[in-house]
Amino acid sequence: MDYFLELLIGGLTRGSIYALIALGYTMVYGIIELINFAHGEIYMIGAFTALIIASVLTMAGMSGLSVLILASVVAVIYASAYGFTVEKIAYKPLRQAQRLSPLISAIGMSIFLQNYVLIAQTSDFLPFPSLLPELPFMDAYAQFMGSSELIIVATTAVMTIILTLFIKFTKMGKAMRATAQDRNMAMLLGVNVNRVISNTFIIGSALAAVGGILIASHIGRINFYIGFIAGIKAFTAAVLGGIGSIPGAVLGGLILGWTESFATGYVSSDYEDVFAFALLVLILIFRPAGLLGKSTVQKV
Amino acid sequence: MLELDDVKTFYGSIMALKGVSLKIGEGEIITLIGANGAGKSTALMSICGIVPPRSGKILFRGRDISGRDPHGIVSLGISQVPEGRRIFPQLTVMENLDMGAFLRNDKGEIKKDMEHCFELFPILAQRRHQPGGTLSGGEQQMLAISRALMARPRLLLLDEPSLGLAPIFVRLIFKIIEKINREDGTTIFLVEQNAHLALQVAHRGYVMENGRIVLEGSAQSLLNNEDVKRAYLGI
Ligand SMILES: Nc1ncnc2c1ncn2[C@@H]1O[C@H](COP(=O)(O)OP(=O)(O)OP(=O)(O)O)[C@@H](O)[C@H]1O
Ligand SMILES: [Mg+2]
Repeated sequence: MDYFLELLIGGLTRGSIYALIALGYTMVYGIIELINFAHGEIYMIGAFTALIIASVLTMAGMSGLSVLILASVVAVIYASAYGFTVEKIAYKPLRQAQRLSPLISAIGMSIFLQNYVLIAQTSDFLPFPSLLPELPFMDAYAQFMGSSELIIVATTAVMTIILTLFIKFTKMGKAMRATAQDRNMAMLLGVNVNRVISNTFIIGSALAAVGGILIASHIGRINFYIGFIAGIKAFTAAVLGGIGSIPGAVLGGLILGWTESFATGYVSSDYEDVFAFALLVLILIFRPAGLLGKSTVQKV
Repeated sequence: MLELDDVKTFYGSIMALKGVSLKIGEGEIITLIGANGAGKSTALMSICGIVPPRSGKILFRGRDISGRDPHGIVSLGISQVPEGRRIFPQLTVMENLDMGAFLRNDKGEIKKDMEHCFELFPILAQRRHQPGGTLSGGEQQMLAISRALMARPRLLLLDEPSLGLAPIFVRLIFKIIEKINREDGTTIFLVEQNAHLALQVAHRGYVMENGRIVLEGSAQSLLNNEDVKRAYLGI
């Protein structure tokens, strides 16, 4: 039972990170129908930025929570700026082009950002300081859930709730939904669609950066390649849940996290990817639009 | 109020508007009639900047708006009820109306205007929390008109508001178009295939064929014109 709980919590933690990244995929897809392959790299850049800032601050003699907060704020801003810029450089000029063109541009952007970090940093794994605080009250549960796991899950939950409220109730949130449903009509009502698209990239990037900082701090090491792997997993999660759907991204992330966790725990860690992608194939066969995908819910 | 001067608009290499010129005065109801594919919708989309003209001028209250972004054009006071209504299917009726008031910030007045729309179309009040996509065609048309009015436009562009509606809805909608014009002083540019109906409410009209204006005149003179009778009134 304890083992089961441990795997459950492990899957929840992993799934939370996938969910945070998957939200960016799904939001961008919802608005411009593009798979933003460079999204995983934004997550990686978020983690690297946090590492650099945290190192500088530690050298300057700071410690504790203030390092986490400052490093996170800078990393989120920096990653958002990257997301914003990627859209402006690689996707916006191709908005009228055939669908394949921005997709190729996205793959190119992904490769470019990976190699840029590879050259600027190193190909080796770098140690990442454990920035997340130890919560004393978690000692009692240490057997199956650590402080950092609780923080990851709670942060994801809070972020998802804030995002949902933002999309549901704010003017920009409504404009995003309207743009996703009928871009030209939104324009006819005075929505600056370029701004909506930019905001979507900024929000998605910020969430990915948060995910990057959390997981890097939890696992304790990063390299230039982490974005690629996590990106593919999160993309799988988004498709699983139904790409374009926000609750779907979270659900897909969690299901994928649990699948991997249980596969690793009960079968073998060699099979974690096999199970994850087998699940994706099954979903695509029996529910092509994903679990909460548009064409099933939105049919009118 | 609005003046098109030799407007030419293209889809790729296809010329859809081949030099369109027309004038709409403040407070008028002007209709544009023409067969399928004549270029009527394209004219409205050119005015709104969705399909910007390649050449020619579009003057709104003396300013050239061709080449401006659509949101800039809307902010000057031009609203459109596009062909096919284009209701946001997953936004509720109220959210659709909120989107109509996207460029406004006067919350209290927006609320009043929404209540006003509910008075015009009581059925919308009943459906206020329902997703737009679940409304019937007629209800969607009422919502589309209400949504456009939420912007408090000076100029309202309507693209075939009667299309696919039962006669009872058509009469209701035309009555309201006249009312908006009379009571709020909103200028109306009405694109219609139902020429008979359009010429009854309009002051003046233009006839479009193949991307060109081929005839213009008072509504009365067009109703009596032999070519119009034959081609558009089926008499
Ligand atoms: N998006 C588009 N791409 C290419 N050609 C288009 C496009 N939209 C319209 N056209 C062409 O432009 C011409 C004018 O079309 P438009 O929709 O303006 O006609 P319309 O007068 O509104 O017709 P209807 O009464 O059927 O609505 C047509 O020949 C049409 O095929
Ligand atoms: Mg048309």
